[in-house]
Amino acid sequence: MTALLPRRGLAQILALIVILAVDRVVSPQFFDLRLQDGRLFGSLIDVLNRGTPVALLSLGMVLVIATRGIDLSVGAVMAISGAIAASLADSHGLPVVLAAALGAGLVCGLWNGFLVSVLGMQPIVATLILMVAGRGIAQLITEGRIVTFSSPDLVWLGNGSILGVPVPVAIALGMLILTGAVVRGSALGLLIEATGGNARASELAGVGTRAMILAVYVWCGVCAALAGVIAAADIMGADANNAGLWLELDAILAVVIGGTSLFGGRFSLVLAVLGALIIQTMNTGILLSGYPPEFNLLVKAVVVLTVLLLQSPKLSGFSGIMPPLRRAKA
Amino acid sequence: MKGLPPVVITAIVLVLGFALCAMQFPNIASTRVVGNLLTDNAFLGIVATGMTFVIISGGIDLSVGSVIGFTTVFVALAIERWGVPPLVAFVAILVLSAGFGAAMGAVIHVFDLPPFIVTLAGMFLARGASFLLSTESVPISAPIYSTVSDFALRLPGGGRLTAIAIIMLAIVIGGALLLTFTRFGANVYALGGNRVAANLMGVAVGRMTVRIYMLSSLLAGIAGIVFSFYTSAGYSLSAVGVELDTIAAVVIGGTLLTGGQGSVIGTFLGVLIQGLIQTYINFDGTLSSWWTKIATGVLLFAFIALQQALVALARRPVAKSAGAAS
Amino acid sequence: MEKSPDPAPPLLEVRGISKSFGAVRALQEVDFTLRAGEIHALLGENGAGKSTLIKAITGVFPRDAGVIRISGEEVAPRSAKAALQAGIATVYQEVNLLPNLSVAQNLFLDRQPMRFGIVREGEMRRRAKMLLGGFGLDIDVSAPLGSYSVAVQHVTAIARAVDLSARVLILDEPTASLDRHEVEILFDIMRQLAGRGIGIVFVSHFLDQVYEISDRITVLRNGRLVGERETASLPRLELIRMMLGRELAETTSARAATAEHQAREVCASFEGYGKAGYVAPFNLELRHGEVVGLAGLLGSGRTETARLVFGAERADRGQAKVEGDPIRLLSPRDGVRHGFGYCPEERKTDGIVAELTVRENIVLALQAKRGLHRPLSRREQDEIAGRYVKMLDIRPPDPERPVGLLSGGNQQKVLLARWLATSPRLLVLDEPTRGIDVGAHAEIIRLIRELCDDGLALLVISSELDEIVTYSDRVVVLRDRAHVDELTGEAIDISNILAAIAADSAVVAHEGRA
Repeated sequence: MTALLPRRGLAQILALIVILAVDRVVSPQFFDLRLQDGRLFGSLIDVLNRGTPVALLSLGMVLVIATRGIDLSVGAVMAISGAIAASLADSHGLPVVLAAALGAGLVCGLWNGFLVSVLGMQPIVATLILMVAGRGIAQLITEGRIVTFSSPDLVWLGNGSILGVPVPVAIALGMLILTGAVVRGSALGLLIEATGGNARASELAGVGTRAMILAVYVWCGVCAALAGVIAAADIMGADANNAGLWLELDAILAVVIGGTSLFGGRFSLVLAVLGALIIQTMNTGILLSGYPPEFNLLVKAVVVLTVLLLQSPKLSGFSGIMPPLRRAKA
Repeated sequence: MKGLPPVVITAIVLVLGFALCAMQFPNIASTRVVGNLLTDNAFLGIVATGMTFVIISGGIDLSVGSVIGFTTVFVALAIERWGVPPLVAFVAILVLSAGFGAAMGAVIHVFDLPPFIVTLAGMFLARGASFLLSTESVPISAPIYSTVSDFALRLPGGGRLTAIAIIMLAIVIGGALLLTFTRFGANVYALGGNRVAANLMGVAVGRMTVRIYMLSSLLAGIAGIVFSFYTSAGYSLSAVGVELDTIAAVVIGGTLLTGGQGSVIGTFLGVLIQGLIQTYINFDGTLSSWWTKIATGVLLFAFIALQQALVALARRPVAKSAGAAS
Repeated sequence: MEKSPDPAPPLLEVRGISKSFGAVRALQEVDFTLRAGEIHALLGENGAGKSTLIKAITGVFPRDAGVIRISGEEVAPRSAKAALQAGIATVYQEVNLLPNLSVAQNLFLDRQPMRFGIVREGEMRRRAKMLLGGFGLDIDVSAPLGSYSVAVQHVTAIARAVDLSARVLILDEPTASLDRHEVEILFDIMRQLAGRGIGIVFVSHFLDQVYEISDRITVLRNGRLVGERETASLPRLELIRMMLGRELAETTSARAATAEHQAREVCASFEGYGKAGYVAPFNLELRHGEVVGLAGLLGSGRTETARLVFGAERADRGQAKVEGDPIRLLSPRDGVRHGFGYCPEERKTDGIVAELTVRENIVLALQAKRGLHRPLSRREQDEIAGRYVKMLDIRPPDPERPVGLLSGGNQQKVLLARWLATSPRLLVLDEPTRGIDVGAHAEIIRLIRELCDDGLALLVISSELDEIVTYSDRVVVLRDRAHVDELTGEAIDISNILAAIAADSAVVAHEGRA
């Protein structure tokens, strides 16, 4: 049974290898890396760099989904935090900018968590509200304009490098390690999985399920806000209309590819991030191969369907290939 | 001790909102404005009717915006580039979209997958396909388009009830009748109540699921045609995000997002409320369009919270007697 | 496989039916025969294969082998709908109707009276009213089914099945949530239907009811057919032997009520404790090493008392004390913190986390009690899980198995283990033996005694009075959401409890049956 653990991620790793190989075929210099001005460049780095926002989103999303929830508002939260960061960037120092932007994400997460855990709304319903209103709020902050900034600190966050590694990638890696340490280093992981598996029973066993649910939405909001800041820093501006647009769907997709069931329970942080990388590797491959970027949508659709069908309990013959982390029927 | 049904509250909100708007801008209370409101929101009313069926059955359809977009591009290309007669193009796209919806329904049922994620894939697929067809806006100049746009019933007070508004009203009424008075309608509610029980009670759950998503996509196709009449063009980026407006209209109309309860008439009122907000912002002139989103969000919250309270209230006596069964 | 010599083929004939789920052989070559006009009880312990057999007959899932004939004609229903068309209707234990639809729609779903494609609402209501009238129900059929009691919902389900002109009616634990009066109405209906030539399969674990109503009995055990007998010529002991494959004698023996128990220290006490509209204020003392039984009819306030004591429900008056110190109980977390444990009646919805492993389920409450920042290491978890799997004889003895795959009795043991792992001072058990097979039943009763001997305080709810009498040191009797009597020592026997329950109402007698 312990052999199940490494086998869990096998499908995802294989998928990534296959896609990388395809990318190598369409673009022979795909694996080339070069060091320039103390920063690594190359398609692989590009994949990591561009995959950062979705990877960050998926870190929060996977926990939310593990509690049998979903957060549709992360794209809108990205827009809000990006708008705040861009508006403050040229008048305040980086700590203030970050605190304000992440604080906004925290508030958004609290709102979602409050609706779900205290008012008992269905997650998809509760987060729909902020998904609809959030972009309006972001536009309120930017007053409908695209706000640009030139603060070198914030620009560094999106374009700088640490020891040759792009800052966004380092941040994402740091967040993965931090989240992993918090969740698996404490009992949070087990209690989240129990809450997602059966909230009523967990409550009666003394688990603070409400606090658990509130916490994952707050964390999801903070991750989304961080992703929003990085996205804004990357383009040195905030576009309330398009920042993070549809990225909630990519984040959910990343979590699903990572094998976490939409019905809650078992989850894996690393595999969710791997899912985000798989999505980005495909995107980059399509771009490199010269197809129009719109082609992405078609490929994504096919990937969603394939992953879902592979995980479907109805196709038990195939389920060994890519088993969902959840096995028993609730 | 049931209180008011949500749809009545929707109606009250609409009437109150309309009265408030009319007090500030007396011009709003004219058949001209109301006629325009119906025309501007015709496609939304059509697609929301289909969404009502899906949501009452306990599902959700995120693909409708993309299906509208695909339809406009397909129709425009078929008529302008491929030389297909408009009516043939219409029939072709309706068959295509119905088939698309049926396929999504089949996948949802056969593989037992959450509708949310399957229709998400459908959304990607339809939008991607419309990009493949054309990424630029294709104007439509077929004569039928000017005929239809010119056609309108004169209303007293100078208003016009346009052809597409009439189509929308017909579909809303037809949808309401279908949902309320037929076996199909009862089965939609049954599915939303409890799929397993519905199956055990002999409802063909699979066939119903396929038909419900087929209906939703079919209506999205019709909405797409109407949208192409409205804009006289086909564009692959049209109706982006319409699924959200649609879901918002359905929820504001008093339909339970978790399924099992709701009405087409309520949805229609929800569409009108959204249209009213838009109209108010246009009249005001100083307010920016993003207030629409915020106002819709606030209304969404209000109605969802209201539903939550009603459900909690309705459950209370049941919960008590269940608790009593020690 | 040997043909019955009857000239007229039986109404329902099942031959050599088999079904496996993975490695588990749920049914092996089972035969079952139902004649027209008979009431045929289908009996067996949990896991014997009763519901698998029903589901295979009604096409809910495909069978691996075997033949089903109705009046001699082979049928192979692939769905509940196809089974209905073949004349087999099933009413399941949990009412499987639609609470959001009206009663009338529930009765006529998918077969509403129609005209020009439109449902004739008025006609449907009229027919619904008539149909339910035959069952002694006079209710507003246009109201949502969910606004009625479980009993009404159940009768509606049965009315629907009967009205579907089924020739074979399968009732899966139909009486579990009905009171005695409703059971009698149902039995009248069953006899009347049998008189019309309908064959009825009656699944129940109430043996009294089986003897009262059935003509013949088929017993399954471990997925195999044990035998088919005439009810009249099957002694109860023989029936139980068929079901269990062993003598019942070992499962009951009275707890020796010794005087020493009275002298024990008070573990927890509740003074004037209660909640308006929930349970009237009560005084309750729970002592170490003592079992207190809660007896009463359905709805008398037993579960409510248990939930207040544990903290799952907030009291609005009174004082709770632990070892003499006043405490506040606002949530299950408070209860757990003070060393309480609670095994709820609804194991599946309120107890286990099905997809988590046995190990994770066992350590859950302990981990919640320790808090987030003090995680149990995997080694500690393995040690704890291993200890309790062995101690409680949880089967299969694999701590890494998802608990949802275990049988009901073993799930109950996992829940017990979950609480024992927290070293509680007080354990509240709500119907600990309900819905689990007789073997596990006896083990759980034995465990209750052992725990008590180790100094634990126990508050146990059971509707089986002989069970309560067997292990309780004191019995608190409830009626109409109030504590009305307390029996101790020699006074604890079934007739005294019944008398206390009955006190001022004559309804009783039957409810007390085990």
